[in-house]
Amino acid sequence: MTSFQPPAERIWWKTPVGKDELIWIGIALVWCLIMFFMMPYWHVYGKQNLSSEAYQTTPAKFKARVDAMVEQYKTGEEKGVPIVSPPAGSDVYILARLWQWYPILELQKGKSYRLHLSSLDWQHGFSVQPVNINMQVVPGYEMVLNITPDQSGDYGIVCNEYCGIGHSTMLGKIIVKE
Amino acid sequence: MAQFRICPDSGFYFDRSAEQLMKVNAVAGVVCLLVAGIMGLGVILTRWQTIHLLPADMFYTALTAHGINALIFWIIFFEMAVLYFASSTLLRCRLAAPRWGWVAFALMVIGAVMNNIAVFSGKSSVMMTSYVPMQAQPHFYLGLILFAVGALIVCFMFLGTLVIAKDEKTYEGSIPLVTFGALTAAIIAIFTIASGAIILIPTFLWSIGYISHIDAEMYRVIWWGMGHSSQQINVAAHISIWYLIVGILFGARPLSEKVSRLAFLLYILFLQLASAHHILVDPGMGTEWKIFNTSYAMYLAVLASMIHGLTVPGAMEVAQRRKGLTKGLFEWLRKAPWDNPVFSGFFIALIVFGFLGGITGVVMGTEQINLIIHNTIYVPAHFHATVAVGTTLTFMALTYLLIPVLFRRKLFLPKLAQWQPYIFGGGMTLLVLFMLGAGTLGVSRRHWDMGFTGALLSFEYPGTAYMMMAIAGIGGVLGVIGGAAYLIVTVGSLLFGEKLEKSVGFLESFGIKPLAAELYTVERPETLALAEKLPPEEHGPSGFEAPGTFMLAMLLLVCFVIYYFINWDYLASVWPMG
Repeated sequence: MTSFQPPAERIWWKTPVGKDELIWIGIALVWCLIMFFMMPYWHVYGKQNLSSEAYQTTPAKFKARVDAMVEQYKTGEEKGVPIVSPPAGSDVYILARLWQWYPILELQKGKSYRLHLSSLDWQHGFSVQPVNINMQVVPGYEMVLNITPDQSGDYGIVCNEYCGIGHSTMLGKIIVKE
Repeated sequence: MAQFRICPDSGFYFDRSAEQLMKVNAVAGVVCLLVAGIMGLGVILTRWQTIHLLPADMFYTALTAHGINALIFWIIFFEMAVLYFASSTLLRCRLAAPRWGWVAFALMVIGAVMNNIAVFSGKSSVMMTSYVPMQAQPHFYLGLILFAVGALIVCFMFLGTLVIAKDEKTYEGSIPLVTFGALTAAIIAIFTIASGAIILIPTFLWSIGYISHIDAEMYRVIWWGMGHSSQQINVAAHISIWYLIVGILFGARPLSEKVSRLAFLLYILFLQLASAHHILVDPGMGTEWKIFNTSYAMYLAVLASMIHGLTVPGAMEVAQRRKGLTKGLFEWLRKAPWDNPVFSGFFIALIVFGFLGGITGVVMGTEQINLIIHNTIYVPAHFHATVAVGTTLTFMALTYLLIPVLFRRKLFLPKLAQWQPYIFGGGMTLLVLFMLGAGTLGVSRRHWDMGFTGALLSFEYPGTAYMMMAIAGIGGVLGVIGGAAYLIVTVGSLLFGEKLEKSVGFLESFGIKPLAAELYTVERPETLALAEKLPPEEHGPSGFEAPGTFMLAMLLLVCFVIYYFINWDYLASVWPMG
C-alpha cells in the first residue's frame, strides 16, 4: 500500500534517486536528443523533405491555372481524363475534387517539377502508390512540392482522406517516363 | 453530511455520492464500449476484403460510430470514474459539490445520446475528426459540446475535492502518486476541452448557419489540440492506474517519488504539442514549427513515457524481490499472478503500449517519416496499440478490481475473466501488427474498398496487402470476442455475481433504493498516513534495485533504435522532394 499513499518522506523531492533510474534517464535523454537532431540533419543531408511553401487560394483561381496547364500541354486522354506532359522543371498541377484527381500527369524520370496541390471542395488525401508518398490536400490552400520522380512506371493516386460516399473510387494517375 | 463506507477487503473508504457517481459513469462507459465493439466488428469485417460485409454508406457510419464511442465516450466516462476514485476514495475525502456530479453525468449522457442519434441517422458520417467543410448535422456537434461541458465539470469537482482534502487534512504530507497522475490527467483534460470548445462551438454555429465559413486548416490545427490531447488524458490516466494496480497487487511503491512525479510534470508541460503530429504533411506550416512541436520540444514527453516504462515494472520488481523472489533477473516476473486478470490485463497493456504503441507513435511523428505513413492504415494500427490495448485493456483490468471493491460482487464466470486479457490483448496485437504492415504497403485508412470497385482509373495493391488485411481481420474478430468476454463478465457480475454483502442488491448498488444504511457511517475516515519508510535494496552484480526491469528497458531501446532507423531507410527510397 504505497503508490496510493502519501510519499514516505515528507520532503520527497530531496531523496536520492537510484542508480537504475539515473542511468536509464541518461540513456533515454541521449536517444531523445538524437531523434530530435535527426530531423534538422535530414533537412540538410537527406533528400526527402517536406515543403513549407504554401499559398492561400480559391477553388476558382486554382482551377483556372490547372485548366491553363491542361490546355497548353495536353498530349492524350485516358477514359476522358486528359494526360498532360509539361516540360521538366515547370510548375505542374493536380487538383482534387469529388471524386477525382485531375489531370493525369506525365513526368520524366530524374527531372524535377514544382507540384501544386489543392482541393476544390472537401479535404482529400494525396497518396501516391506504390511509392507511398502521402500529403494532406486542404481546400483554400495550395501546397507546392518540389518532386523528382526517380523511378519510371505508372503510379496510382489513392485518396486517403475520407471525402464521402465515392471516396473509395477516387483514383488518379501519374506516369513517369524514362 | 458526507457518509462513508469502508471496503473490508481493500480498506478503501468510499464517500457515498462519489461511490454512486463512479458506478454510473463506469456503467455508462461500458454501454458505449458495447456500441463501439459492435461497430468495430462491422468495420473490420468490411476491411477484410474477402468478407467485405457492409455497403459503403453503412461502413462509414459504423466507422464514425466506432471511433467516437470508443475513443471519446467509453474512455471519458470511465475516466470520470477514475477521477472520482483518485480524489475522493484515495484521499478519504468527501466529494466536492456532489450534486454537480449528477448535472455533469446528465449532460454527458444527453450529449452522447444526441451525438449517436446524429451518427446513426446516417446523415453525420463525418468520422470522429469531422473535418470541415464536410458538414454533420447540428446535433452531432452539440452532443459533443454537451458531453465536454459535463466532463469539464467533473474535472473541476476533482480539483475541488483536492482542495477540500488539503483543507480538512484528510492525508499527511503530499498527495499519493496515483492522485498526482490523475491530477495530470485532469489538467490535460481541461486544456483539451478548452481546445474542443474553441473549435466545436464555431463549427456548431456554422452548421446552423450563423457563421458562413470555417477555415479548413485552422480547424485541423485546433481540432487536433483536442483530438490528440484527449489521448494524452488517457496516457496520464492509464499510467496512474498502472501505479495503482502494482500498488494494490504487490504493495509496490515508486522507485523514486521525485522521478515519477517529474515524468508526470513533463506530460503536463509538453504532451500538448503533439497535435502537430497530424499537421506534418499539411500546407502552410513552417519547418521549425513542425520540428519543435512534433518532437514535444525535444522529445521530453517521450522521455517521460520512457521513465514510466522503467518505473512501473521497476516498482513491481522491487516489491516482488522484497518478498523473496530474487532468483536471476526475472523470477519476480515469472512468478507473477498471470492467472489474475487484473495483473495480466495491466501487464499486456504495458508491453503493447510501450513496444508497439510508443515506438510507432514516435516513428510516425517524425517530421519527414510522416510522409510515408500519414493517413495510411498504419495510423489506426498505432492508436489501437496505445488506446485499444494500452488504455482500454488497463480499464478492463481495473474493472476486475472494481467489481468486488466498488460494486461488492464476486466476478461472474471467473475462468472467462482469466482468459479475457489474453484473448483481447492477443487479438488486438495481431490486428495492430498486420495493420502496421499493410500501412507500410500504402493501404489507406478510412477506406471502404481497397479494390477500388467503380473507379474510372485503376490501381492495385499487392497481394501481400490483402493478406495482411485478412490477418488483421482475424485479429480484430478475436479482439471483439475478447471485448464481448469483458462485457459478459462485467454485466454478468453486476446482475448475477454473488453479493459480498447480503443486503446489497443490484438496484441498491446504484443507490436507487436506500443502500443498506448500516454499511455507512458519517464518521470521518482515519487520516491517510504516510507510506512506511523502507531502505532501498540492491540486487545482482550491477547493484541495481530492479535489474530485470532495466534489461527489459534496454530491450525496448534496442527495438526502438532499430525500428527508427529502418524507417529512415525506407524514407530514403522514395522520390526526392522538398
